[in-house]
Amino acid sequence: MIEIKRIKKSFGGKPVLKGISLDIPEKKATVLIGRSGCGKTVLLRILIGLLRPDEGQVLVDGEDMAGLSRKALFRARRKFGMLFQSAALFDSMTVGENISLALREHTDLSKTEIAEKVREKLDLVGLEGVEDRMPSELSGGMKKRVGLARALIMDPRYVLYDEPTTGLDPETADAINELIGGTGRRLGITSVVVTHDLVSARRIGDRFAMISEGHIVFDGTPEGFQACQKPAVRRFINGSGLDLEERI
Amino acid sequence: MMETLAGFGRSVLVILEEAGSAAILLYRSMRGGAYLLRRPALYADQAFQIGVQSLPLVLVVSVFTGAVSSWQAAYQFRGIISMDFLGAAVSAALFIELSPVLTGLVVAGRVGASIAAELGTMRVTEQIDALETLAIDPVHYLAAPRITAGWTMLPVLLVFSSLLAHLGAFAVANTMLGVSADTFFSSVQKYFSMRNVVSGLIKALVFGGGTALIGCSIGFRTMGGAVGVGEATIRAFVYSSAFILIADYILSIFLF
Ligand SMILES: Nc1ncnc2c1ncn2[C@@H]1O[C@H](COP(=O)(O)OP(=O)(O)OP(=O)(O)O)[C@@H](O)[C@H]1O
Ligand SMILES: [Mg+2]
Repeated sequence: MIEIKRIKKSFGGKPVLKGISLDIPEKKATVLIGRSGCGKTVLLRILIGLLRPDEGQVLVDGEDMAGLSRKALFRARRKFGMLFQSAALFDSMTVGENISLALREHTDLSKTEIAEKVREKLDLVGLEGVEDRMPSELSGGMKKRVGLARALIMDPRYVLYDEPTTGLDPETADAINELIGGTGRRLGITSVVVTHDLVSARRIGDRFAMISEGHIVFDGTPEGFQACQKPAVRRFINGSGLDLEERI
Repeated sequence: MMETLAGFGRSVLVILEEAGSAAILLYRSMRGGAYLLRRPALYADQAFQIGVQSLPLVLVVSVFTGAVSSWQAAYQFRGIISMDFLGAAVSAALFIELSPVLTGLVVAGRVGASIAAELGTMRVTEQIDALETLAIDPVHYLAAPRITAGWTMLPVLLVFSSLLAHLGAFAVANTMLGVSADTFFSSVQKYFSMRNVVSGLIKALVFGGGTALIGCSIGFRTMGGAVGVGEATIRAFVYSSAFILIADYILSIFLF
């Protein structure tokens, strides 16, 4: 269980998150939506302890991530997998080495067992036979999927996805959405998915949370989101970005 | 006047901040020592890059350092001191000062800067964050092998450097100054002091460790895309060169 309690975060005096509270339910996919620059990535980074909040807590199974010692923080991170918006593949390693790094570091599996697991995860994201390629030889969408395989390799309980389908064609995007939503639910993974793509969000999410102006402006079911009359939500759904109602 | 003072104050603060970050990194990477023992391949990789790949440049620089010091010493000796002492004088200078410092500076330029560029790039492209999310400590995985390779490989490089520098010095003494091999090397041998050699090795160890540490520390704290990486690279070179010259002075006081 992840509990986000009154998180505040500013950069250089400019507040980005102004008091975010959110419970992430177990074994479900929570979709985090909001306009570009509203702080979705910042919130994910705070969840996994890459950034410290200025105020507030992130409780992961009751442990405050910001209060942990360095060693304990690294232990707590083993429960997590994270897909970066930029994929963030290690460019000095092959695809296979990228995916298997955590296995090689944290387990005593043999080379063949590791290769087998890597193949299995690549298969899951719809890639095969790319183990020996370098990240620079992959397309943007392929990098994303390799990043996804790397995030899933340790079969983590919590997976954070930052824009998993941007840059993918609709067919692959669909498969990835199914992987995150469907497979995730079957395997009992707790997911937090950041996206600003409502189509993907509807396919994945059991639950929507929207950030606007540093606050959670919506937290509920996809249907509830669709019906919500708050201006920020309406604007997002209509994709206008223009503040018509408030101007009148 | 106030502005000069304020500027000076700011640079002092920047240097203190760099030193503080480096000290914390050193402490954390030493705590990663046990990790490194379980991952000898990580160390071997860096030892190869720092040691073996620096060797050609170090050797070229060393030969010419030896050659020049022989020529200059002979110029200063002429008419005052017998050329019988040339070998001894040059040898001592090479062991104590010239080989460690010049090898250190070559490595600062090559290794310190490339560590900063590599880790800086990993920082700005979120690869270091990615390591953290895989529950791998970047200090153990990236910094510890580089720093350890730095302080262990520089003394090794120094051995090669000193040998080649002696050969360079002898070549000039023999072909251009007419000092025979026998005169030159018996002079080297007669005044040879183990203490000089050990002092040089201690210097090399400090220079190598310091250079790698500075490269890692600056690399880890890189910000601002490709421009930031470029700046980090230059800063790593400037700081590690300055570190070597200052540390050389301090060590010389303690060692002699
Ligand atoms: N390390 C940082 N230093 C300074 N400002 C930052 C930093 N990280 C994020 N910000 C700022 O915080 C705000 C939110 O950034 P964030 O990356 O979380 O947006 P986002 O919601 O993920 O947007 P997008 O959908 O475009 O990815 C932005 O205004 C950004 O400039
Ligand atoms: Mg983002």
